[in-house]
Amino acid sequence: MTPLPTSSLQPAAFALCVVFILLAPFAGIGLALINTGLGRSRSAGHSMMASLSVMAIAALVYFVCGFAWQGFPGLPSHVITAGGKSWDWIAAPPFFLRKLDLDGSPASLAVWLQMLSVGVAALIPLGAGADRWRLSAICASTALFAGWTYPLFAHWVWGGGWLAQLGANFGIGHGFLDAGGSSTIQVVGGLTALSIAWILGPRRGKYSSNGMPSAIPGHNVIYVLFGCLLALLGWLGLNCAGALLFNSVQPGRIVLIAINTILAAASSGLTAAVITRLRFTKPDASLTANGWIGGLVASSAACALLKPSEMVIVGIIAGALVTFSVEWFEFRLRVDDPSGAVSVHAVGGIWGVLALGLFAQFPDQKADQWLAQVIGIATLLGFVLPLTYGLNWTLDRFRPQRVARDGERQGMDLHELGAEAYPEFITHTDEYSPH
Amino acid sequence: MKLAGFLLLFAGWCLVLTALAILPSAVARTGFVLAGLGVEILGLVLAARTHRILPEERG
Repeated sequence: MTPLPTSSLQPAAFALCVVFILLAPFAGIGLALINTGLGRSRSAGHSMMASLSVMAIAALVYFVCGFAWQGFPGLPSHVITAGGKSWDWIAAPPFFLRKLDLDGSPASLAVWLQMLSVGVAALIPLGAGADRWRLSAICASTALFAGWTYPLFAHWVWGGGWLAQLGANFGIGHGFLDAGGSSTIQVVGGLTALSIAWILGPRRGKYSSNGMPSAIPGHNVIYVLFGCLLALLGWLGLNCAGALLFNSVQPGRIVLIAINTILAAASSGLTAAVITRLRFTKPDASLTANGWIGGLVASSAACALLKPSEMVIVGIIAGALVTFSVEWFEFRLRVDDPSGAVSVHAVGGIWGVLALGLFAQFPDQKADQWLAQVIGIATLLGFVLPLTYGLNWTLDRFRPQRVARDGERQGMDLHELGAEAYPEFITHTDEYSPH
Repeated sequence: MKLAGFLLLFAGWCLVLTALAILPSAVARTGFVLAGLGVEILGLVLAARTHRILPEERG
């Protein structure tokens, strides 16, 4: 068996990369806690169980076929020629990681990081489908996500695909850039969350007959805010490891990336707190948490390229965008998204990708990086959204993804798991009973 | 209408790809990429509007 060709990292970069990949699971832990805290108490156990299942299925499916579709620069891929240009569409390494030496090469480190990243991305739709998405449907949807949707787009950005080569093949900037996964992890997850929210429909009791939403507050704000703190650790891992592996930054630049990540979260979270304080007279904890995560999401793409002062501006805009879009989705579009996943990950991620094009400066003074970023955004909206919606819609035709009416009333814990997360307390009211 | 929204999204992306493949001029290419993104936004608006119908209204 001939191993696939790979390069190697400097010892310092390798050591740093390993440390940061070890931090990456904290992003998943944070999101799991946030999703659970923003859901109902009668679905809390189901939410955590679903998170664990999602991480497990995503890792297994990525091992079976995900990496084979995603690949890594330098590994084999399928290329077609159109308009005199070569288009690298999909990777071609064998399934089950065969022929890949797991020896500390950049490709092997990428497998390790991506096995965790795909789980983080697959956790995002859980927040949008909270309190009504069946566990078996979650597992099936995750398998499609980790086996097809995620690896395909990730190949185009991180695997040497056509988006990454926009600069070399078409002379557009330096190609589509995204160091930490604003697009590949966050927007792909966020658009899948939008698809799931559309397919499942709103929770019963969420909208009145005239379309006005009623507030269904999260059951545990401590989980939500603690999840935000853990997510910061995870994002430091995702951004730093991603920049080392996919943007080949020098190890010393890690300091800038870490500072940028922290500043984006801080400015975005505070912006959300200030906006809610001004609008509602008191700062809203769940929207502040959404702002914090939105800042982290927006920081990922350009974390290695922007100055700290520019990243603060990116964070402030991200905080405002997330705060207003949560309300816009709920009131105007009637999307019932209990954890604000669409606003935080899709809207925040798209802003992060665009911000790189607007703010980043390169030594060669190329001015059209923004166009490469816009092409990436167009691909997310025009290809990834229809793909992920189509896959989940097809799944829904075979067996409805939404739990039966009785299950929703009873709570997902009792209906699907047979036991409640908090058996000794009744901490919820029943919105089915007349007030 | 739902299908039309997603078809518009996909059509906008095809416009972007076609612009990359066949237009050598940077100005024309930029124009067509932005036009493709505009078509996608129309598709997104259509898809969002068709999903605004509440389950009760669907019957």
